[in-house]
Amino acid sequence: MSSAATTTDTKTTDAASDQAAGAGVRAVRRRRLLVLAARLAVAAVVIGGWQLATTVGWLDPFFFGQPSGIAGRLGDYFSQGSQATEFGSYWAQIATTLREAVFGFVLGAVTGIVFGVALGQNRFLADVFGPYIKIVNAIPRIVLGSIFVVAFGIGETPKVLLAAVLVFFVVFFNAFQGVREVDRNILANARVLGASPLQIVRHVVVPSALTWIIASLHTAFGFAIVGALVGEVLGAQSGLGLVIKTAQNSFDPNGVFATMFVIAVIALTAEWLITKLERRLLSWRPPAPSEAAAI
Amino acid sequence: MAARNEVATSPADGRTDPGNARIELSGVTKRFLTPSGEAFTATRDVTFAVEPGQFCAVVGPTGCGKSTTLSLVSGLDKPSEGSVRVGGREVSGITDGISFMFQADALLPWKTVLGNVAMGPIFRGVGKAQAHASARDWLRRVGLSGFEDHHPHQLSGGMRKRVAMAAALINEPSILLMDEPFGALDVQTKAIMQNELLTLWEQLRPAVIFITHDLEEAVALADRVVVMTSGPGSVKAVYDIDLPRPRGSVQTIRFEPRFLELHHQIWESLSEEVQRAYARTTGETS
Repeated sequence: MSSAATTTDTKTTDAASDQAAGAGVRAVRRRRLLVLAARLAVAAVVIGGWQLATTVGWLDPFFFGQPSGIAGRLGDYFSQGSQATEFGSYWAQIATTLREAVFGFVLGAVTGIVFGVALGQNRFLADVFGPYIKIVNAIPRIVLGSIFVVAFGIGETPKVLLAAVLVFFVVFFNAFQGVREVDRNILANARVLGASPLQIVRHVVVPSALTWIIASLHTAFGFAIVGALVGEVLGAQSGLGLVIKTAQNSFDPNGVFATMFVIAVIALTAEWLITKLERRLLSWRPPAPSEAAAI
Repeated sequence: MAARNEVATSPADGRTDPGNARIELSGVTKRFLTPSGEAFTATRDVTFAVEPGQFCAVVGPTGCGKSTTLSLVSGLDKPSEGSVRVGGREVSGITDGISFMFQADALLPWKTVLGNVAMGPIFRGVGKAQAHASARDWLRRVGLSGFEDHHPHQLSGGMRKRVAMAAALINEPSILLMDEPFGALDVQTKAIMQNELLTLWEQLRPAVIFITHDLEEAVALADRVVVMTSGPGSVKAVYDIDLPRPRGSVQTIRFEPRFLELHHQIWESLSEEVQRAYARTTGETS
C-alpha cells in the first residue's frame, strides 16, 4: 500500500516538475529575447542619434564624421582594389598591421612566459631583477616606439618590437604570478614521487601557470595591435596606422572611424580565437558557475 | 598494561640493516627562520624509530611539529640538529622508496585520474604504456575502474583520496608518509578509507608514519602510537598497540575492551598536551 502511494506521488511530482521545467525554459527564452531587443535598441539609439545629430547640424560632420559616411568609406576601401589608399589595397594594409601585431604578440608572449617561469622558479633571480622590472614597467613604454623607428627605420621591425615590448610585460607578470601560485603540496608530492626539476616544470609548473598566462593573452593581443598601430603612426610605408594618420592629415574623420571599426573586428576575431584556445588547453577546468550565469 | 617506553625507544644500537627501511630520528631539532629573522623552534629533540613494515601513528596537539617531522623523513627539509636515518643512512635529498599523502589533494587538476596515478612511474623513467598499464591496475585495486578518464574535480572527496592512495602506492614504496590524509573526510567515508588503507597496507607492508589528530583512528590503525608534546614538539611517550592483526573493520574494533583500555590510557597523556597547547595558542593552526 505504501509503495502504491509512493508511485502515485512520484507521478504527480514528475508532472509537476515537467511543468515547472517548461515554465523555466519559457522564462529563460523570454529573458534572452528581452536582452537581445534591448541591445539592438542601444545600438539604434547611439548610431541613429549620431546620424541625426550630424544631419540636423547639432554636430559638425566635418569633425565628428557620420555613420552613413563611415559606411560609405568602408565600401570604398574594400571595393576600390589597389586604388583604395595611396599605398595599395586596403587588404594589404590590414595584412601589414596583422603581421606586425601577430609577430610582436608571439615574440612578446614567448619571452614573457620564459622569463616569467624562470624568475618565478628562482627566488634569487626574482629578488635581484624584481625592482628593475617594476621600474621598466612604470615607464610609458609606448615612447620606445620612437627609439625603435630611429634605430630600425620605417620597416616592419620597429612595430614588431614595440608590440612585443607591450605584450611582454603583461604576459611576464601573469606567468610570474602563476608560477608563484603553484600549490605547495602538489610540488612536494611531485618531488617525493621522484620528479626531476625539468619534469616539475613540464608536468606541474607550466600547466598550473597556464590559467594565468592564458588570461593575460586576452589583454596582450590588444596591446600587440596598439603597438603595431602606434609604430605605424610614428613612421611607416604601409599599415592601418598609416591609413589613420593619412585620413587625419586630410581632415577625413570618416576614414579614421572606418579603420577603427576594421581594427575592432580584427581584435574581436583574435579574442574569439584565444577563447577557443583557452577552452582547448584548459578543458580540465570545472565550469565556473559565474561564467554560465553571465553569458 | 601496555608496553609504555617512556620517551626514548633505544636509538641505533647496531641492529640497523642498510637494505631495510627502518626510520630513526634521534635528537632531531628543527628551527625555522620567520620572515623577520627570528628563529622558531618547531620540534625539539625528537627521538623515535619505526621498524620496517610497522604502522606508526603520531598524535599531538596542533602546531606540535608533526608535519615538520614528516618533511624531515621525506628529505624535503633538513634537521637543524640531530639525525634522521632511513635504512641506516642519513637522509639527504629526497629519500628513496618513499611516498607521501597529504591532507589536501595533491592531485594535478589538469591530468586525468589515469595520468595522475601514472605520474610516479613516469617520473622514475618508466615508459608511458607500461606506466598507464600499472596505473590501470592500481585504479582497479582501489575500486576506481571506469574513472580513468575523469578529471579530479569530477570526483567526490573519497574518490579523490582513493586516487591519491593509488598514486602513492603505485611505486610500491617501502615507506609511506601520511599527513592527516583523511582529516577532511566525513565520518563514514573516513571509516571506509581507513579499512581500504589497512587492506592495501597488509598487501604491501610499507613502514607507515601516519599523522592524525584523531586518537581513535591512531589506535585502530597503528602498531605504535607516538604522542608529541605541544610546541616545540618533542616525543612525550610511545605506546605499542597490541591489538591483533588483521584488525578487521575499524568501526567494530572501537568497541573491544582492549581498544578502549589503550585509548583511555593514551588519551590521559594526550589531553594534557592538548589543553596546554590550547591555553597557549588559541586560534593558531599547525
